[in-house]
Amino acid sequence: METAIVSKSIQERFPDAIVETKPEWICLKKEIFTPVLQFLKTGHLAFINLHCITAVDRQGSVEVVYHLYSFEHKWMLTIKVILLDSDLTIDSLTSLWSAANWLEREVFDLFGVKFTGHPDLRRILNPDTWSEHPLRKDFKRDGFIPRPVR
Amino acid sequence: MAVNERIPGSEYLEKFPGGEVILAKSQDVFNWAKGASLWPLTFGLACCAIEMMTTGASHFDIDRFGSGVFRASPRQCDVMIIAGTICVKMQDSIKRLYDQMPEPKYVIAMGNCAISGGIFYHDSYSVVKGAEAVGIPVDVYVAGCPPRPENLLNGIIKLQEKIRSTKARVT
Repeated sequence: METAIVSKSIQERFPDAIVETKPEWICLKKEIFTPVLQFLKTGHLAFINLHCITAVDRQGSVEVVYHLYSFEHKWMLTIKVILLDSDLTIDSLTSLWSAANWLEREVFDLFGVKFTGHPDLRRILNPDTWSEHPLRKDFKRDGFIPRPVR
Repeated sequence: MAVNERIPGSEYLEKFPGGEVILAKSQDVFNWAKGASLWPLTFGLACCAIEMMTTGASHFDIDRFGSGVFRASPRQCDVMIIAGTICVKMQDSIKRLYDQMPEPKYVIAMGNCAISGGIFYHDSYSVVKGAEAVGIPVDVYVAGCPPRPENLLNGIIKLQEKIRSTKARVT
């Protein structure tokens, strides 16, 4: 299996869902991304396992990264969705995978991405009293010492 | 009285004629007993705790120094070996355990993390920069990442030396 094959079958079903396809990943549009993931899970590709959710701060935008695994095809797919800093909200996948619950809480904790429709969106690792999100590049806090630039 | 003048608080000793020598020596005896039965708190935070367990096992045998009695309650402990990385969410528990220990109490900061944050000094949002940053006074620093068991035993010997050289407190 290859990413291009997955990309093609997404394109047949949702003609304008894909922003970009690379051998390593597929970048999807934020607005239409939930139906596409529903299709990936329940369709013939059978990505029934949500392996991981994480994010990358690109300073100006945040990429939310989803790793899906298909036991049938023994293959892992990486999905990216780009969110602008001005609107860090994305649909929650808890209705599709219950595993998404804690994974999305972790991404919210570390990056501040708001997952709309999440049943219990609060911090999972850091103290509840914090208001910052530690893996953002502009993170600052008392006692946090950045590595000096050489 | 020429001898007594060299001893701090000799005016206090004068109230007990003939007893001053015994009083001074009993303090030394107490210090020796204190140093030879340092009971540590069963308490590990990270990989240094594995090294501390090794020190407690038969090959290195911390019992030779009277420190093998790891107690599960802070009420029965003399020394707190801070073995490992102190995280932000752990620091309140550590401070509370230290406060619950009865006097006299001593602290060994084992490993670079407990000394200064170690490799987590820069760019870490979750690690406190050493035991002193939590507000726990440290008696002996044992450097290493993690320190060898011999190094921890050396730290215990240093603490014993410190206790034995403690002067009698005269009020």
